[in-house]
Amino acid sequence: ELKQEFTRTLTTGNPHTPRNIIRYSFKERAYKLVEHMDQTAIHFTLNGNLVHRDSDEGRRQSIRLSTDSGKAPVVEEEAPVEASAETSEEAEVKDEEHAGDTEGEGEAEKAETVEVTEAAEAEEPPPPKVPEKKLANQFNFIERASTTHQNPLREKGCQSDPAPFLNFSANVNQWDIYDAYVEELEKIEKAKEKEKSKPQAVKKEDKRSGRRFSYVEPQHGDSLSKISKAAKIAERMVNLNTFDDIAQDFKYFEDASDEFRGQEGTLLPLWKFQYDKTKKLAVTAISWNPKYTDLFAVGYGSYDFLKQGHGMLLLYTLKNPSFPEYVFSSESGVMCLDFNSEHPYLLAVGFYDGNVAIYNLKKAASQPSYKSCAKSGKHTEPVWQVKWQKDDMDNNSNFFSVSSDGRIVSWTLVKNELVHMDVIKLSAEGTEMQGPEGLQLQTLGCGTSFDFHKKIDYLFLVGTEEGKIYKCSKSYSSQFLDVFEAHHMAVDSISWSPFHLKVFISCSSDWTVKIWDHTIKTPMFVYDLNCPVGDVAWSPYSSTVFAAVTIDGKAHVFDLNINKHEALCTQLVVTRKKNKTTHIQFNPVYPVIIVGDEQGLITCLKLSPNLRKMPKEKKGQEMKKGPEVEMAKLEKLLSLVREPESKE
Amino acid sequence: MEETEEEKKDEADYKRLHSFPLIRHSDMPEEMRVETMELCVTACEKFATNNESAAKMIKETMDKKFGSSWHVVIGEGFGFEITHEVKNLLYMFFGGSLAVCVWKCS
Repeated sequence: ELKQEFTRTLTTGNPHTPRNIIRYSFKERAYKLVEHMDQTAIHFTLNGNLVHRDSDEGRRQSIRLSTDSGKAPVVEEEAPVEASAETSEEAEVKDEEHAGDTEGEGEAEKAETVEVTEAAEAEEPPPPKVPEKKLANQFNFIERASTTHQNPLREKGCQSDPAPFLNFSANVNQWDIYDAYVEELEKIEKAKEKEKSKPQAVKKEDKRSGRRFSYVEPQHGDSLSKISKAAKIAERMVNLNTFDDIAQDFKYFEDASDEFRGQEGTLLPLWKFQYDKTKKLAVTAISWNPKYTDLFAVGYGSYDFLKQGHGMLLLYTLKNPSFPEYVFSSESGVMCLDFNSEHPYLLAVGFYDGNVAIYNLKKAASQPSYKSCAKSGKHTEPVWQVKWQKDDMDNNSNFFSVSSDGRIVSWTLVKNELVHMDVIKLSAEGTEMQGPEGLQLQTLGCGTSFDFHKKIDYLFLVGTEEGKIYKCSKSYSSQFLDVFEAHHMAVDSISWSPFHLKVFISCSSDWTVKIWDHTIKTPMFVYDLNCPVGDVAWSPYSSTVFAAVTIDGKAHVFDLNINKHEALCTQLVVTRKKNKTTHIQFNPVYPVIIVGDEQGLITCLKLSPNLRKMPKEKKGQEMKKGPEVEMAKLEKLLSLVREPESKE
Repeated sequence: MEETEEEKKDEADYKRLHSFPLIRHSDMPEEMRVETMELCVTACEKFATNNESAAKMIKETMDKKFGSSWHVVIGEGFGFEITHEVKNLLYMFFGGSLAVCVWKCS
């Protein structure tokens, strides 16, 4: 290391000059690096008092000296006289003698002095006089000089930032001015119409200020709304990328192992939908939107009687699994919801506190558009199911609601108000009581679910907490058409078959799922699932396929065509223990089901091909497509079941 | 005769309706904009016949108030492309047919 050689080079450059000075050039309107810096380093400066003899000042001085030469001897003697003011008389005498001599001699002296001055001119004029002065006072006067320490001077430069500039261009024409004024007037008129009661300001200043506000605001509004749309699209793109494999599965994946599995099928888990605020709430209702088949609504509330909190209503789309499209919150838990098939932006919701409400998705409001209240006839018990009906004769939308208070109420939307009408009271048969004053009181059964027939408008079924199913008609308000002794516990869900006109399915907490023909009192098929069944749903593509969820977190898919007694697929849908699955729904278009559970989680699963089997084509036979085929399929099955019974 | 009278009335109406000051484009801060606009209106009303004097008045007042090198153009039909200091531009219509452009550029 010691033997390392260091090279040092001496350059003629000044190491202290800055190499990266940037200056703003007004000519080019930009910041530019100054390339050539002066390399001179000044170490010492002293202003001298030498004047060149040929320069103006030098010539002036020489002329001055030559004119002074006549007075020079006098001056010379006077100078010593002045200088030696304090000297002895001898000097004075000498001087006087000198003076006398010179005056006497006159011209000769002048000539001498002229020579002296000329000689003096050859040298610098000032110095010869000074040493003469010094010589005279060598012993009496000592000259001392000193200079104070002077700080070295350093040059520093600074430049402020140039003011920012912008270009602006426009064209002024008479028609342009006219158009602008007309537009402005229109805006003002609109604003006036909106406010109506604002007094007209006559002064110009007021007008001006008002207009300024109205001119500035739209700019803000436009920019925000533009960003929101772009942000939404960007969000969906990001989600698609994140969940790319799931999206691919959703569209294209068909489980190949189904061929080896015989009859069984599987449910492939796809997306999971979660929202922070609903983690403690249970999913109480799910429904797909009839128009936008990727949009579904989820209602959140609580089934626990003691722990009742607020509720939420979220709308998710399959295109954005990470965040709901719409979020509504409510004071009471949401128990059921339904989309209006004619107006897919209207959503009817039933609450735990007995209220019903209609949300209008077109309006960006966080509160429902219409809500019932105590005086407008809300239920006194939780509303368990709501269902829209066709628009009535006045083209007003209306829906039905069923509740534990035993009333089935029809709500009509008349001129921005919800008007209710009691359709039927569910009287529990055989329990008429004698009240005071001889009144006959009827205890009302508690309705827990209902469903309207798809084709026969007035016919509907109601399931109750006692396990009975009543077949009712809208035209009769006090009597039922029929009663089915269906279950031993509350009927959780009833659903008419979308294909067959006579068949419906019901499920209950008594562990069973039953399929009925409404003309026959006993069920066609009974399935015991060993666990309370939360929900059951028909599939939209096949009349013989339906799915059920049980509280232990399993989803069961049945296909009557293939296996009449057992489920084709029983699969655990939720991973956490103590999580009960509460609802299930088929997507009307895609082979997908969604399952909701008690912790606010929605899981979307894809049905494997085995579960979606269509009847196979037989050679030579034409395949009929359409609901008739489905109906015929089911009819065939049912007849198998019915015949032995009819024989009995 | 009646028609021309009506036309004249229309014109007068239109002048009245359209004569309020309308800011077309401005990036001045609020206070500055208000002041400048009022100054322009005052000047245009005072020198209704002479655009040059109105412009002169506006320019001199702006120079005094807000710093040097303001430029003012008043007219009824022209096109322009200018470079201006940021937050020092006002372009407005007034009087139904006048356009005023005021900007600062050193």
